[in-house]
Amino acid sequence: MNMTLTREKESPAIEIDNVGSAALTEKVYETSNLNLWYGENHALKNINLDMHQNEVTAIIGPSGCGKSTYIKTLNRMIELVPDVKTTGQIKYRNRNILDQSYKVEDLRTQVGMVFQKPNPFPKSIYENVVYGPKIHGIKNKKILDEIVEKSLKGAAIWDEVKDRLHENAYGLSGGQQQRLCIARCLAIEPDVILMDEPTSALDPISTLKIEELVQELKKDFSIIIVTHNMQQAARISDRTAFFLNGEVIEYSDTNTIFSNPNDKRTEDYITGRFG
Amino acid sequence: MKLINKSHVAKKMPARLAVNTICKGLFFLATLVGLLVLAILFYRIFTQGIGSLNGDFLQNFASRKPEEAGIKAALIGSIWLMVVVAPVSLLLGVGTAIYLEEYARKNWITTFIKVNISNLAGVPSIVFGLLGLTVFVRALALDRSILAAGLTMSLLVLPVIIVAAQEAIRAVPRDLREASFGMGATKWQTILKVVLPAAIPGILTGGILALSRAIGETAPLVVVGIPMFIAFLPQTVMDTFTVLPMQIYNWTSRPQEEFQQVAAAGIIVLLILLIFMNSIAVIIRNKFQKRY
Repeated sequence: MNMTLTREKESPAIEIDNVGSAALTEKVYETSNLNLWYGENHALKNINLDMHQNEVTAIIGPSGCGKSTYIKTLNRMIELVPDVKTTGQIKYRNRNILDQSYKVEDLRTQVGMVFQKPNPFPKSIYENVVYGPKIHGIKNKKILDEIVEKSLKGAAIWDEVKDRLHENAYGLSGGQQQRLCIARCLAIEPDVILMDEPTSALDPISTLKIEELVQELKKDFSIIIVTHNMQQAARISDRTAFFLNGEVIEYSDTNTIFSNPNDKRTEDYITGRFG
Repeated sequence: MKLINKSHVAKKMPARLAVNTICKGLFFLATLVGLLVLAILFYRIFTQGIGSLNGDFLQNFASRKPEEAGIKAALIGSIWLMVVVAPVSLLLGVGTAIYLEEYARKNWITTFIKVNISNLAGVPSIVFGLLGLTVFVRALALDRSILAAGLTMSLLVLPVIIVAAQEAIRAVPRDLREASFGMGATKWQTILKVVLPAAIPGILTGGILALSRAIGETAPLVVVGIPMFIAFLPQTVMDTFTVLPMQIYNWTSRPQEEFQQVAAAGIIVLLILLIFMNSIAVIIRNKFQKRY
């Protein structure tokens, strides 16, 4: 009926892909047989997942299931953790990013990231947004000004901050800071945006704003979002992957996952029996 | 069934509050001891030295006659020393700290290096004097120059600067680094634009403490062979010179009562120089804290 993945390690995953029109969209990420170890701890086990352009892909699962680890592997942020080992492939636009000849700086100019906790720099709002373009060598003040306006508008925060662009970003509320971080991410004009539980530190109204924003953003970007919150995945995503103990239990279009899951464990999780 | 007996808690309350008050008093007393000693020192030195402290004192060279003795050579010498020590020790120290904290792999070698740098901070200064004598004065034939003394002093304060800079760099929140890396910044861009600006107040605090130590240190310079009595000003870093603490030491070891007053005046000058250096650090620190 839709894409499912076998969990058995001995047999490679078989994809049965007939999600209809969605299957026609281009793939941005193709993960095959990805394994990851933190030292001795086998954190990701034989992951096979494809992510599609201009879609929101949600990754759900209980704490410690490997969903954050996985999203951090997609821009190789995981390498900041010492003693991490990976095997397998993650192809981004048909190039294996786990190949060390793929420069992380190069990858991360294409793949932006929004973190769990809002992490603006202790600089002005303006300086926060132009940080990315500046490190990529853009110096023209006029272009930078335009980037700031476009990015802040894109992150739906322009109206709130346009009169205080040169004030410190720490003066903003948590929800505003997170939208500023999204604006900062948009400023580098990425192809994919990774969001690692972007609303877990925010109040319900700020969360709602970010969710609406994600819906807007998917017109121009491909979004991969890790979330604790199943309702959030159901509301905003096109496809959902359910992770458990480092494995992908089920990956399918969001409606199917939430209305007619294949696997008993998925059903137990989304109905709140555990996790 | 309640496990906590409220009347028992109430009975214990006055004793707990009393202990709190007593502790507060004890810690206040501890602070007072330091402040009192400092106040006595200031009082003694100022009453003794203020009479000798005048324009002539600043403009005269050292002399056998206490009324003609001045601090010019030593004051200028100390400033020269700082001109060498500050850039050398700060650049090497901060550079080392950046490498160890940001670039070096975390393995037993770097751990070993880090532990040993902390140990070096505790090595007696006279040992650094011997090192300076062997390496800079003799092997590199720099003689008893400002450069030789300055490099020796730089080595002496380097461990303190490295450790302070490492701690300041480590205190920069990890999520700021992640934000920068996440946008495709290189390590160096992240260090330059995120880590160092956030770490500079801490680095400067450590740096100034280290430089204050260098300006007051005598032992390594005695070993290096810096003269105590000099009647000319150095022209380049290759000239020989003397510094304030050496000059003060020289005066305090004289038998004449008048030289004690001259020495006190010298200490006042040294204190003023220290306060001046510290205020520069505070200004720079505030500037960065305003921006960040």
